[in-house]
Amino acid sequence: MKRVAAPHLGTIKMRLTCPFCGERDHQEFTYRGDASATRPPMDNGSIEDHNTYVFDRTNPDGEHRELWNHTSGCRMHMVVTRNTTTHKISNCEPVGPWTKALGGKS
Amino acid sequence: MTRYSAWSILKNALKGNRDWTPAWRKPEPKSSYDVIIIGGGGHGLSTAFYLASVHGITNVAVIEKGYLGSGNIGRNTTIVRSNYRLTPNSQFYEKSMELWRELSHNLNYNVMFSPRGVLNLAHTPGQMDTYAERGNQMRLMGVKSELLDRDQVAKLNPGLDVSGSARFPIEGGLLQPDAGNARHDAVAWGYARAADQLGVDILENTEVTGFLKEGGRIVGVETNRGEIRAAKTGVAVAGSTGRVMKLAGVDKLPIESTVLQAFVSESIKPIIPTVTTFGAGHLYVSQSDKGGLVFGGNIDYYNSYAQRGNLPVWEEVTSELVAMFPNFARLRLLRSWGGIMDMSMDGSPIITTGPLDGMYLNAGWCYGGFKATPASGWCFAHTIANDKPHALNKDFTLDRFKEGRMIDETGRGPTPWYH
Amino acid sequence: MSGFRLNLREGLGRAVDHDSKINFTFDGKNYSGRVGDTLASALMANGVSIVARSFKYHRPRGIFSAGSEEPNALVTVHSGARTEPNIRATELELYEGLEAKSQNRWPSVNFDVMAVNQLPGKAFSAGFYYKTFMGPSRPGHKATQFWWFCEQLIRRAAGLGKGASQADPDKYGRMNAFCDVLVVGAGAAGISAAERAASAGAKVILCDESAVAGGALLSSSELLDGALAHDWVADRLAELAENENVTVLTRTTVQSMFDDNTYLAIERLADHVKTPGKHQVRQRAWNIRCKSAVIATGAIERPIVFAGNDRPGVMLADSARRYVVEYGVSPGRAVCVFTNNDTGWLAARDMAKYGVIVEAIVDVRKDVPDAIRAAGEESRAEIFLGAAITATSGLQTLSGAQISEFSETTGEVGRKLKKIGCDCIAVSGGWSPAFHLTSQQGEKPVWDAELQAFLPGEATSSWHVAGAMAGKFGLRHAFRSGEEAAVKALAEAGLGEGESDVPRIEGDEIDYAPAPVFEINTGGKAFVDLQHDVTAEDVRLAHREGLVSVEHLKRYTTLGMATDQGKTSNMSGLAIMAEARGKPIPDVGTTRFRPPYTPTALGAIAGDAYGHLASERLTPMHDWHVAEGANMYANGPWLRPESYNRSGESVEQAYIREAATVRKGVGLVDVSTLGKIDVQGPDAAEFLNRIYSNGFAKLPVGKARYGLMLREDGMLFDDGTTWRLDENRYLMTTTTAGAGQVMEHLEYHRDVVWPDLKVALASVSDEWAGVAVAGPKSRNVLKACVNDCDVSNEGLPFMGVRQATIAGIPVWIARLSFSGEMAYEVYCGAGWGQALWDALMKAGKRFQIVPYGLEALSTLRIEKGHVAGPELNGRTTPLDLGLGGMVSSKKNFVGATLLKRDAFHEESRLQLVAIKSIDGQRIRGGSHLVKGNKDQPGQTEGNTTSTCFSPELNCYISLALLEGGNARHGEKMFATNPVRNMHVAVEVVSPHMVDPDGGRMHG
Repeated sequence: MKRVAAPHLGTIKMRLTCPFCGERDHQEFTYRGDASATRPPMDNGSIEDHNTYVFDRTNPDGEHRELWNHTSGCRMHMVVTRNTTTHKISNCEPVGPWTKALGGKS
Repeated sequence: MTRYSAWSILKNALKGNRDWTPAWRKPEPKSSYDVIIIGGGGHGLSTAFYLASVHGITNVAVIEKGYLGSGNIGRNTTIVRSNYRLTPNSQFYEKSMELWRELSHNLNYNVMFSPRGVLNLAHTPGQMDTYAERGNQMRLMGVKSELLDRDQVAKLNPGLDVSGSARFPIEGGLLQPDAGNARHDAVAWGYARAADQLGVDILENTEVTGFLKEGGRIVGVETNRGEIRAAKTGVAVAGSTGRVMKLAGVDKLPIESTVLQAFVSESIKPIIPTVTTFGAGHLYVSQSDKGGLVFGGNIDYYNSYAQRGNLPVWEEVTSELVAMFPNFARLRLLRSWGGIMDMSMDGSPIITTGPLDGMYLNAGWCYGGFKATPASGWCFAHTIANDKPHALNKDFTLDRFKEGRMIDETGRGPTPWYH
Repeated sequence: MSGFRLNLREGLGRAVDHDSKINFTFDGKNYSGRVGDTLASALMANGVSIVARSFKYHRPRGIFSAGSEEPNALVTVHSGARTEPNIRATELELYEGLEAKSQNRWPSVNFDVMAVNQLPGKAFSAGFYYKTFMGPSRPGHKATQFWWFCEQLIRRAAGLGKGASQADPDKYGRMNAFCDVLVVGAGAAGISAAERAASAGAKVILCDESAVAGGALLSSSELLDGALAHDWVADRLAELAENENVTVLTRTTVQSMFDDNTYLAIERLADHVKTPGKHQVRQRAWNIRCKSAVIATGAIERPIVFAGNDRPGVMLADSARRYVVEYGVSPGRAVCVFTNNDTGWLAARDMAKYGVIVEAIVDVRKDVPDAIRAAGEESRAEIFLGAAITATSGLQTLSGAQISEFSETTGEVGRKLKKIGCDCIAVSGGWSPAFHLTSQQGEKPVWDAELQAFLPGEATSSWHVAGAMAGKFGLRHAFRSGEEAAVKALAEAGLGEGESDVPRIEGDEIDYAPAPVFEINTGGKAFVDLQHDVTAEDVRLAHREGLVSVEHLKRYTTLGMATDQGKTSNMSGLAIMAEARGKPIPDVGTTRFRPPYTPTALGAIAGDAYGHLASERLTPMHDWHVAEGANMYANGPWLRPESYNRSGESVEQAYIREAATVRKGVGLVDVSTLGKIDVQGPDAAEFLNRIYSNGFAKLPVGKARYGLMLREDGMLFDDGTTWRLDENRYLMTTTTAGAGQVMEHLEYHRDVVWPDLKVALASVSDEWAGVAVAGPKSRNVLKACVNDCDVSNEGLPFMGVRQATIAGIPVWIARLSFSGEMAYEVYCGAGWGQALWDALMKAGKRFQIVPYGLEALSTLRIEKGHVAGPELNGRTTPLDLGLGGMVSSKKNFVGATLLKRDAFHEESRLQLVAIKSIDGQRIRGGSHLVKGNKDQPGQTEGNTTSTCFSPELNCYISLALLEGGNARHGEKMFATNPVRNMHVAVEVVSPHMVDPDGGRMHG
């Protein structure tokens, strides 16, 4: 996975760096929640696992891995690592079938 | 301790106000209490007050990390209402309304509960039907409600743009005539003073750093002022729920913390009589007794523990406000600030025993914590005293999400940033 | 205070044009001033002393400062729709025809009846309202009623100016700006930062809140490169303005700092003229994103608190000096300077230099430097060291000051020294750096014991402080720190260091550190917050009552919560509390400044959205609907026809006619608003099969299928038909309201959950126009206009999808029915929408085709029992809505697992039914289903969801959700609607009221 580093230290919440489009205002993006919640695979029908996926949140004060979608731009999803207390972003990676286009392994 | 009254004010004034005493004591922590409440905000203080006044449990400590009332009780837009659609919510919030009406008297502290009316604007016939459905639910629960047409709305709030050419023309609205607002800080101070008089120790600047456990049971807390033991420990810390519960080893909850901004304008002469909400977006506005317009809208959607927000919400909130009241465009924003909301997965609260033995949890208030302050404390005190919930909070469990018994007013599901 | 215009001499009145005359009114009286005056300087020049009343006690208030920190001089300007209350006269630029009024007084500012509020004296102190008005001491709602009664009287008395009652006629704008370095404040530090940054080729935005940039340089007595600082700054700004990389914005206040170097600045384009020019915006919001910023916002002088310090005539010393130097106005006939630092002495010297009579200089310090002493002597004032002003006299305005001995070390007041006649006390208690912007971001300030002031803390992101704001007082430090900050900012912007260009400075070099004296405590009424009438005694009362944290102090006494947000009062309040607690000031703490820096017009923040809240979405056939007299209404962002009312028809009559026509003949409806998503790829079938609860894997090409989409928690999320256009290509339709959410839902699952599936998604809602043709004659209409496709039952069976052309327009036709009648949806490229509509209308003419609106559309689907938005309320499952047959048990899909939870299978759940009015009474939306009569309706057992008059059944009907509804068909109940005063007897029936076997749509 190619890591797209934030362009400078000051990159905080108001501006997100989309792996495809570059730095943009965060109004262009939609927050999609905790990225650590992973859907159980299609062959897992366990209510408990699905409940965990849907309802449990770690909700940390500090580093948070979360999903954002560049809704008003390329509509790409990305996993943003952001500090919930300072709003500072330390990392942003693309996710989805298109990550290979950025040189990643997906 | 002086009883507050017009008489006591006069008497003290004659003595140059030198004889007033602290509104509450600043005691040293005892080594143990019957009950500890973590969180010296509105809900924690009201819980302590009702434990002492209703259940006779007075050996209680309220532990507050900062100054008393430093959380959301001192940061909200002060709206008090019970105009809910779903039965568990409407009966709970109506209990709160009953307590609000008595509160100044019961606390001997004027919390300035002002039943000026809460008006929700509707912009389509369909929305009128939705409000009728809610208004009818309220009526069936014994709560006052009125469905107003456009002319009635215009008469109530003369500044509103009720023209047909408005982007979202006003069709009418739902009024809860005896809802309103209150002076938020006074609620915290009033409960604190009343609880203190009943013997509750309020420990300010006391930070919980860990929990004491014996055989899986919570038996007290560690603080920066030493260990404090208790048979029962209640947690009522609003936006800090995630942080505090992690200290007890509860790493995951159906809660996400986000920032909600609030706004106040400069003081002006009375211009809007009711609390008014916009129906084609998310905005609520009222005018404080001092004359400032107090308003707010959506949360800043992302998770946050910073008590400040960002510009997009400013733009959204002000543009909705001036669309509703185009005569407000020249009035000026004085101040804005942020508070941390613990958004639950269905937008409704949690008041429950557990999730650990010896522990009780009061959390997940989303936007709505202030109006709930009296009933929240009343129900939480009942739950702690009896080790089981009252009928009014039996549905507000922590397990309801996983059981499929969500209490979802907006129907947005487990996407807390939409509630 | 009785100010007057000084006689013209060299260097005096630098800001005004001495040969000009501007007419204005204050409280209806005519006055004149000069170009360059503020309302405050012009009022002062005209000898107007009382300009306002305080908030609580309605005490007379005079001009206190010369800038945005002003607590007192608030006026209302304009009238009618442009009425603007609480404007600071100290910032308001004078223009011809300006109308200003004093406010919060009756009948006049010189005689205000509300001043009776002072009579209760000490009873009306901090906490007054909390301790009383609790009502009769017996339980019941009486307490609330009593307070409610009192509150309404209190509210009327409170509040400052009056707001407008009509819509603001002016416009607002927004600018999205990007730069390398933003410089906030164009004083010495800001200008040097901007120049340094510009010299490195940086793109610079320099903002200053005043009409003329320059800050303290404008009135400074120093010479820069041999020129008067005032003239030097004009040259430098002209140079900067010529640099194409530099944008200089005056009358522009940077109000707030947000995350990631985003700033909100408000530019006032037309507040210095009577009305904005045609098409001119009044104010513009600048959303500035910079790579780095230099904050050089200066410092605010603060007063010393002493008894009687609120009499009009008491003002800040440096402000008094500025009125003299910049505006050529003397603040009084006889001025007394009271200070704890050197700047007060310079104010005395400068004022005297231009002809102001300075009677005395009173300094709490026992010793002052020789140079300062000499400056004082130049002013010819009587000098009192180790002394303080301990009382003032005067009826309404100031007439004299009592000077007494004072010890700065013990704070004790000694013997009386002299009573001096004066109508102005110019007071300086030191300087507080204006670190508001950095504090907004949560930066804790740090205490500087030398300067007796808080300084901004360490930067957490890309901003750098310079000048007085950073504690770098004096021009030499200001220039140097401005350049240093610029170098740091340049590095962050990835640019070189640029060139240094500090001017040669000749003039005073003084120490700005004050003596640590904030209050002269003599027990008299000494005001800390002049606007809110918070006294030093109120602060001590808060302490006595245990409200000792800074936040409690603020909230309990309202100190610092007025329109000036305590810019000149917070520090004194804090110091008095620290003294009462016996703690050093930094241990008591400071509150966080909250944005904005100064009050900001709500319209300006809304910017271009004022009057344009949200863009409207219109279908390609919108103009036709309007021309046909359709009632258009806002359905989310869309405008859609409600009904096409013929003359004299009500909405109800129109929709009943339209729906009945569809049942008997044919109608057409614009369905272009439906969400449309193009789904393509080799795994598209598998993807849809996982998204929908019913099977999609085996849908053949050329067929459509109705599908249900669930949330992962098992609740119904959206529904619609999806058409297989080709082996690997589908067209999905969604509800109008759900389009955006469905797209996000699909993308989330494609990108995050199943990135291995090869599927591409594109929203094509705006690309396709759609028309539904419905009714038993719909096939005839199509036959009349479609000529390259067999639309017979065999050629285009139910749920079939075909390509065709109509009037030369390429279309897709799908045989779908929402109404329950034989019906078709015809889609074409959006640009052809109107042409398609016209062709269908033309072909339908001989079948008496009618257009129908949303109400009729809804009526038809209610009769049929088809669910839509009101039933998909986010709390219903497919089982609740009788759609259990569409939940596949053979596959996993989104929501499959959690739908299995027991709670979703309880028989008491709300389930879909229909109800019919038994006696012809109207059922209206929002009714609840109950068993009891109107007086005692009992508990709700369910509610109506979609209600209409059914032309087919000739009665009012409704879909409803009813507890255990599946087993209750045939039951008699009431649809109660107390808010509409209705209570209707109804019968519970199956929701499939029309053609339950579906013969009509299949035929």
